[in-house]
Amino acid sequence: MSVDPQDDPAVRRAQADRLSAVWASPKGLFLRWTDTNNNRVGAWYVITAFAFFLFAGALALLMRAQLAMPDNDLVGPSTFNQLFTLHGSMMMFLFAVPMFEATAMLLLPQLLAARDLPFPRLSAFGYWSFLIGGVFVAGSIFFGAAPDGGWFMYPPLTTEPEQSGIGADIWMLGLSFIEVSSIAAAVELIVGVLKCRPPGMRLNLMPLYAWYILVVAVMILFAFPPLIAGDILFELERLLDWPFFDAARGGDPLLWQHLFWIFGHPEVYIVFLPSIAIFAMVVPTFAQRHMLGYAWIVLAAVGTGFLSFGLWVHHMFTTGLPGISLAFFSAASEAVAIPTAVQIFVFIATLWAGRVVWSTPLLYAAGSLAIFTLGGLTGVMVAIAPFDWQAHDSYFVVAHLHYVLIGGTVLPLIGGLYYYWPLLTRRKLSDRLGKIAFWLMFAGANIAFFPMHFSGLLGMPRRVYSYPEALGVGGLNLASTIGAYLFAAGMAVIVLDLVWPRSHPPVVRNLWNAGTLEWLAETDDTNWGVRSVPIVLSRYPLWDDPDFLRKVDEGRFYLPDAEEGKRETLVTSVIDAVPIQVLRLAGPSIIPLATAVALGGVFILTTFHLYLAATISGIVTLALILFWLWTGTGLQPEKPEKHVGLGLSLPLYISGSRSAGWWAMFITMMGDATAWASLVFGYFFYWTIHPVFPPAAAPGLAGPGVFWPMAAMALILAGWIGTIAARELYARGVVLAARLTLVAATLLSLAGGLASLAGPWLHGLDPARHVYPAIVWVLASWVSAHVAAGIIMQLYCLAGSFAGRLTPQYDGDLRNITVYQHFLALSAAITFPVIGLFPEVAR
Amino acid sequence: MLAGGMAIAALLIYLSVMLIAAHVGRRRRGRIDHHTGMRFILWAGAIGPTILLLVLLLTALPMMRPIEAGARDLAIDVSGEQYWWRVRYRPPGGPAVDAANEIRLPAGRPVLFNLSSPDVLHSFWIPGLAGKMDMIPGRTNRLVIRATRPGRYRGACAEFCGRSHALMRFTVVVMEAQAFDRWLVKQAAPSPAALAQSDARALFRDYGCAGCHAIQPDAIGRRSIGPDLGHVGGRGSIAAGVLPNEEAAIAGFIRHPERTKPGIAMPSFDFMPEADARAIAAWLRSLE
Repeated sequence: MSVDPQDDPAVRRAQADRLSAVWASPKGLFLRWTDTNNNRVGAWYVITAFAFFLFAGALALLMRAQLAMPDNDLVGPSTFNQLFTLHGSMMMFLFAVPMFEATAMLLLPQLLAARDLPFPRLSAFGYWSFLIGGVFVAGSIFFGAAPDGGWFMYPPLTTEPEQSGIGADIWMLGLSFIEVSSIAAAVELIVGVLKCRPPGMRLNLMPLYAWYILVVAVMILFAFPPLIAGDILFELERLLDWPFFDAARGGDPLLWQHLFWIFGHPEVYIVFLPSIAIFAMVVPTFAQRHMLGYAWIVLAAVGTGFLSFGLWVHHMFTTGLPGISLAFFSAASEAVAIPTAVQIFVFIATLWAGRVVWSTPLLYAAGSLAIFTLGGLTGVMVAIAPFDWQAHDSYFVVAHLHYVLIGGTVLPLIGGLYYYWPLLTRRKLSDRLGKIAFWLMFAGANIAFFPMHFSGLLGMPRRVYSYPEALGVGGLNLASTIGAYLFAAGMAVIVLDLVWPRSHPPVVRNLWNAGTLEWLAETDDTNWGVRSVPIVLSRYPLWDDPDFLRKVDEGRFYLPDAEEGKRETLVTSVIDAVPIQVLRLAGPSIIPLATAVALGGVFILTTFHLYLAATISGIVTLALILFWLWTGTGLQPEKPEKHVGLGLSLPLYISGSRSAGWWAMFITMMGDATAWASLVFGYFFYWTIHPVFPPAAAPGLAGPGVFWPMAAMALILAGWIGTIAARELYARGVVLAARLTLVAATLLSLAGGLASLAGPWLHGLDPARHVYPAIVWVLASWVSAHVAAGIIMQLYCLAGSFAGRLTPQYDGDLRNITVYQHFLALSAAITFPVIGLFPEVAR
Repeated sequence: MLAGGMAIAALLIYLSVMLIAAHVGRRRRGRIDHHTGMRFILWAGAIGPTILLLVLLLTALPMMRPIEAGARDLAIDVSGEQYWWRVRYRPPGGPAVDAANEIRLPAGRPVLFNLSSPDVLHSFWIPGLAGKMDMIPGRTNRLVIRATRPGRYRGACAEFCGRSHALMRFTVVVMEAQAFDRWLVKQAAPSPAALAQSDARALFRDYGCAGCHAIQPDAIGRRSIGPDLGHVGGRGSIAAGVLPNEEAAIAGFIRHPERTKPGIAMPSFDFMPEADARAIAAWLRSLE
């Protein structure tokens, strides 16, 4: 047997030192904020989301104080309306979703034995966007300017500036900013799960947590864009008076409800599944056996994600729908209970088949089960339309959703906190305080929310700042208030436990004796993640291979060294996790923070109608993004290949559909296409509600004609074909012809983008008059804006070609913008027939 | 019945899940093997819930069919407005009758409600009689209710509609059918007190109250801006179910409506002498 260099302790120590140096966090008062490593950014993310959670919880305590007694006047209606709007909005957008992304950012690389996520600076950018947007939205309450239309912001109450003030703009623009960062995180997590698994970890060997992350991230990708499309229509109505939701001018408030709940119902599962994912890690550990029914739970998670997109109408059962819709959506809503039941019984069966080790995290799991199951059962009840007609918009629903969210999100997260705290900090939280907090919260949640079922059925609507004594719900409400404060006391105990200084020695590595890769993390401050990237051949490698830990620690797998002083991680193939590339990752940088500040400026300045400043901020954002891409992506390595250990050499650069960047572009465009499809849905929605649509021709109401839309489509498709041709020519090394073709493609795209706007412009469509010209303008502008972004990409590639950073060998940028062009071509090929030809057919 | 059945079933399911969980948590020995575990997941997680949900759905589907109402039944148009209810009775064959904030129904007969809104979303909810139905600008939703037992019922707006959403309530009075018919005939004619000349009637006109609040006979054929007050004296409460129908309350409301209902459209009449407000209030109460 040949001598393995890893046998030599001196070699190993030198490697570890190099890794430490490469992955060291920047220090210093200012520089530390330039960090992009998932450990540090993930921790900031978790802390920030938790702080928003406490803030939103405090708002709820004020509400409960007001409602403790009938006809109370502690806070007036205008404050109260801001309180409940901000409580709901923050819990959803500033706590539940970001907390999922934060924990995933922290845990996913560890679970996959990756050194970091594939786009560390994107993570940091997402965090800073979240922080800026979150502080902006949450801080508005201190100026009495918080949104006050309820967390689903139903127009027309919220679209009329007189009724809603600046709060509605803060909600729309502040949260849109955060939604964009949520989608960025989703793209990163999907690529992380698909491309950054350790060699050998085929999809069916992935830890269940990674499966859940994949499902939830895909759900975010398809659920948030409809809301963003709705936000765009909403702000166009508020800022420019385009009447999308104004019935007097052909709009319809129900379109917002559809777009909101196409987002809003999957959202429920987006915040629930990640917490169940934590239990999917906790349960096998404390049963000390493999999860029973791995395939079942994966299918259940995928099935839940899939079904959740077909249920949104059950939030609209009282809007006067036809019977067939009621029956269909009642049935679909019932159906989603089945995969949920499967997940619950998989956990129970695993514990039943294993050796139960009682611990604080398991206590939280049991408590979650008790609370969530009750919320799930009332969910089955409200899914039945005739019952929902009573329960809808009453305190019964408030009770239902809090049971689901406390049992399905909050308690699992706290359980996960007790489970993973030793992994993150080398210290164990206090079991005693954890149990005290548990019982306070468990009792508090039940005392607060169980009586609400009855207040609701007795006739107390939600979102009331006051109720009459004669309604007979005073006692129930007082109980709810007491329960809420008990729950808060439990949360205070948790906070106390977190900040309590600890003197006892660090805990051992993998103290719960878990079987999955995240517990490989060494308890020293080692940002590199794993000492070497292992070959994984089972679902619980730490249990199945007794030598596994030692071999990883001795660097006997891949990438045990950082010879070139660069941060690196492995990229593997999507299905079978065959290693295909060593991906160079970016280190600390100020760019993510600067870009987040500039982009935040665009949204925040627009809120205050400072359009010039917002435009300047937008130009700065664009410049920063280009600088970011130019200096940090698609860099040519100093050598084509590198030896990664175990006799394997891997390329340092790959392009096309095997690369992480290509996948990120593809996934982003799936989300983008969903937003576009939502706008097209809007067009046809208006067609279905109007007997005559498009309306009879009148000044300002004529369509865009046939010629210009068709010309725009032809030109944009020609630009698309030109881009493909340029890619092919470039790959064959015909550089000059490729450049000329790309220039031609750029000019064709430009002409197409202008022709797209020429239709509505030359026909004098007045978007403030009626919803028809407004929706045509929106669709045409959407395509034109995408053409503009496409032109920037084409010029970027041309510049790269002249600067020598884009060569026939290193052509990733050109391949990625071709993916963009595919989606642009798709949107043009559908949008222009819709606005140009459909009116001819419909008339 | 549906609710009660579901509640009992839910309780039983809940208890069984908790019992199984407790059993799993307590047990020291006698673990199940892989095969038994998988069978448990199949039956408890998949087949059992599927059967139960199917039964529930088949039971509930017939209840989704709305109650029928024909052209010969009473129709009532209700419009939700910030923050009150505009009511118009359309008895078959008879004249339309305007009212506000209180709805009377004949026991035992189906009544068709046409629900709409001119401003923002509202939702029409009488918990004791029927489920809710949204009132949406640009649409008219239909809801048929057949009340069986005479009595008073509370109603409320269930869709958040602005600052005084919590104060948008109403009362429903279910009467014996014959008594209802007699009442409606009386409502169609002006109240006797409104026909007689009086100082208070002049005050009501001179302060401009009549500009928004119709009182027959002064307002035939005009759609009033605020609640119709033609027979306000007969209602159980004022200000959309928020204040008792008493002279002091009405007078106070006229002078400071904003104190009772933040965000109300009615301007405040704080310059009106107390005596005038009282006189108008007393006169309004006499409009039975």
